[in-house]
Amino acid sequence: MRFSEGARVRTIFENPVGHTRLPAYLHGREGRIERLHPGLRQNLYTVVFAAGDVWGEDAPDNVSISADLYESYLNPA
Amino acid sequence: MSHEHDHEKSGAASHRVTHLIEALERGGILTREKIDSTVEDFLAKAVPHNGKRAIARAWVDPAFKQRLLDNANIAVAELGIDLSHWSPVVLRAVENTPERHNVIVCTLCSCYPIALLGPSPAWYKSEAYRSQVVRDPRGVLAEFGFRPAESVRIDVWDSTADVRYLVIPMRPRGTEDLSEERLAELVTRDGMIGTAPI
Repeated sequence: MRFSEGARVRTIFENPVGHTRLPAYLHGREGRIERLHPGLRQNLYTVVFAAGDVWGEDAPDNVSISADLYESYLNPA
Repeated sequence: MSHEHDHEKSGAASHRVTHLIEALERGGILTREKIDSTVEDFLAKAVPHNGKRAIARAWVDPAFKQRLLDNANIAVAELGIDLSHWSPVVLRAVENTPERHNVIVCTLCSCYPIALLGPSPAWYKSEAYRSQVVRDPRGVLAEFGFRPAESVRIDVWDSTADVRYLVIPMRPRGTEDLSEERLAELVTRDGMIGTAPI
């Protein structure tokens, strides 16, 4: 696995043709690796984002959003 | 994304699926009867009672709850809930506490822990729920008549095809004397999605 639990990562900013499992609202966002899921189709990570890091200043307080993202969607933050 | 665009995409996808099935049939690899019986078998096993049993056991057995949090696929197998027909899906349980409330969604499509909860409600698949709960979870929960205290952190889990989430609600007060079977009856589908307390 390229990343370990607790690592800070930033999602890629892609605009692919066709299907992706990186939701558009999580493009180019910084989060923290919360759980590792090795050996699925590709290494997969649960990444936790603070709502403020996703939506900006008017984001709700005390909210996190997590998504399960493939290794190829992630870079070190 | 417009409504029309959604339909175009799903139309193209179902077209591809039809071609794929035809190719598999021609190759003698699969029959339509086999596909139908597999789906029927899956749906017969995908009942909300599975999720309710897992939650009730977690409420009465802290060691089981820990196993459920660590590896839910293995933990529910202890209860005789067989997810092998569903693999390689990872089942993940997330626990509500007085400081933290969890809610699940699938913004990309409509991924759902069907094997534990049965088929999902229509609102779970609606564009309104999927787009709003990640943006304003407290507002969405309020529309369900549920208002967690401001001090409670809300964790939204946006699921994809590989990992499906199940919320472990807090055990209601005053249920210390209830049997595991009676506790299971208290558990609701919306409680396990996270849009309602128990």
